[in-house]
Amino acid sequence: MSARLIWRKTLNVTMLSLTGLCALLTVSALFFILGYLIWNGGKDLSWNFFTRLPAPVGEAGGGMANAIVGSLKLLLLAALFGVPIGLLGGVYLAEFGGRTLPFLVRYTADLLNGVPSIVIGIFAYALVVMPMHHFSTLAGGFALGIMVIPTVLRNTESFLRDVPSALREGSFALGANKWKMVATVVLPAASRGILTGALLALARVAGETAPLLFTAFGNRYWSPGWMQPTSSLPVIIYTYATGPYEDWHRQAWAAGLVLLGLVLVTNILVRTFLSRGTSFERS
Amino acid sequence: MATTPNAATPADLAWSPRALLRRMRGADEIAHLITLIAAATLLLITILLVYQLWVLSAEARTKFGWSFFVTKTWDPVAGQFGALPFIYGTLVTSAVALLLAVPLGVGGAIFLAELAPPNLSSSLTFVSDLLAAVPSVIYGLLGVFLLVPIMRTTIQPALKKTLGFLPLFQGPAYGIGFLTAGIVLAIMIVPFVLSVSREVLLAVARDQREAALALGATKWESTWKVVVPAARIGIFGSVFLALARALGETMAVTMVIGNNPKIAASLFSPGYSIAAVLANEFSEATGNLYLSALIELGLVLFLLTFVLNGLARLLIVVTTARGSGALPT
Repeated sequence: MSARLIWRKTLNVTMLSLTGLCALLTVSALFFILGYLIWNGGKDLSWNFFTRLPAPVGEAGGGMANAIVGSLKLLLLAALFGVPIGLLGGVYLAEFGGRTLPFLVRYTADLLNGVPSIVIGIFAYALVVMPMHHFSTLAGGFALGIMVIPTVLRNTESFLRDVPSALREGSFALGANKWKMVATVVLPAASRGILTGALLALARVAGETAPLLFTAFGNRYWSPGWMQPTSSLPVIIYTYATGPYEDWHRQAWAAGLVLLGLVLVTNILVRTFLSRGTSFERS
Repeated sequence: MATTPNAATPADLAWSPRALLRRMRGADEIAHLITLIAAATLLLITILLVYQLWVLSAEARTKFGWSFFVTKTWDPVAGQFGALPFIYGTLVTSAVALLLAVPLGVGGAIFLAELAPPNLSSSLTFVSDLLAAVPSVIYGLLGVFLLVPIMRTTIQPALKKTLGFLPLFQGPAYGIGFLTAGIVLAIMIVPFVLSVSREVLLAVARDQREAALALGATKWESTWKVVVPAARIGIFGSVFLALARALGETMAVTMVIGNNPKIAASLFSPGYSIAAVLANEFSEATGNLYLSALIELGLVLFLLTFVLNGLARLLIVVTTARGSGALPT
């Protein structure tokens, strides 16, 4: 073998191994993060953590029941606000749209998807908090809901487009009009995919902190109704992690583990089970 | 039903109350209208978003004009607001993040697209997508309690010893600062570079690889000299996309950058970013000018990500011709 060939072969093996190393490093980050959180947060998880209010500053113990409930309330609002708009908008793009408007809507959805979440927070602040003159669960849910819309819309559209046109033609042939065709044939056919997209979008906003900082704000107690500031898991992790108390730090780890667990479990379940049999192939 | 609902008869098109009523009686038109309203709501929200940012930042814009972007002082008490330290911090941390994340992400993507067997490739991509789903505040948590101490005791002293002659690696090692924020950001954006680059690489025609191999190229040569160049526009797209993410990333950066509006050449120095100052000061901003200066920062951030995302999508669409529906959520 000539020296040149040896060089080329060595380079081949070296560079290819390096790319493997890159992939390995990236992927191992997830296992490392998960392992480290379990290691640090696992021991502070207890029944109290899920059922008690935060203890007064300086006192040990207490839990995050209000933050967990607060997060659920915020997600419920986000789903109620964001999913219908995204879903119907997606139906419009896939089934009813003309030429110019769908292009514009699609482009805007991608744009809105890329807007930093903190900017969405400013928007919700201007639109909800400023007129009401105080922070509220409603404002936080509104901010998260806006972040849900583009994802649900784009997902719905792409799954509806994947429904074979033979199904549409078949229902027309049976005499159905368009909305019946969409509501009873096309939407059910795409329902798993649409549900997948909606759940993933909600799992994503469940971990959002930035848009909640000045909308839902925070609360050391239960937040009654929808018009009061509320605590939420991501915000309390931020507050506790940057706070000065040792006990807060331990609680932040535990809350981090709960949040990460929720997000990852939702993602894994949704991606493996719901997406089976749909064309939810992102590759 | 007497008429086919899908074909508009001339009478349907005529503009009279009765014709309108007849058209609306068809459930199709109602369904059309409802879905149209939903789609238009999205447009409305986006327009309103831009409008609000523009109007609410008016006070700061008229008072400071363009000097807002070149002024270094940020003094809420004296009513002096300059955005330069924040813009600087945002750009520096994002640049560090890109320098680390792009080789890692593109390298990983090459492995997944060119070498790994399909099963391994799809399961690794699955893990990388999960990594992209990890909330930002979790990265911040790990950053504060794990990375910052390591930076302070190990990495920063080591860098100072070996590369300390560069102004980039001088000054006291606090642990927090531009470099730490950049590293955390890098870990956060790698999955985006990886999965988009992988898709772009997979979109390169198979013949290209086979032709290169048939000419006697090694696997690496066919990848590096044929496949990667063919996909380079899309890879640039993935980089812009990741950059847009990095610029707007808030929580993790806020927790490790040091939150000190200061411009320093050293990457060890504490700094501040646009998103971080918004997260820290927005809810406590007193006075209209203060608030409006912060909102102007939000506007800057919005415009930066707007341009980058638009560019990224254009580049990715050009190479894969499949559109942005394939982006990771």
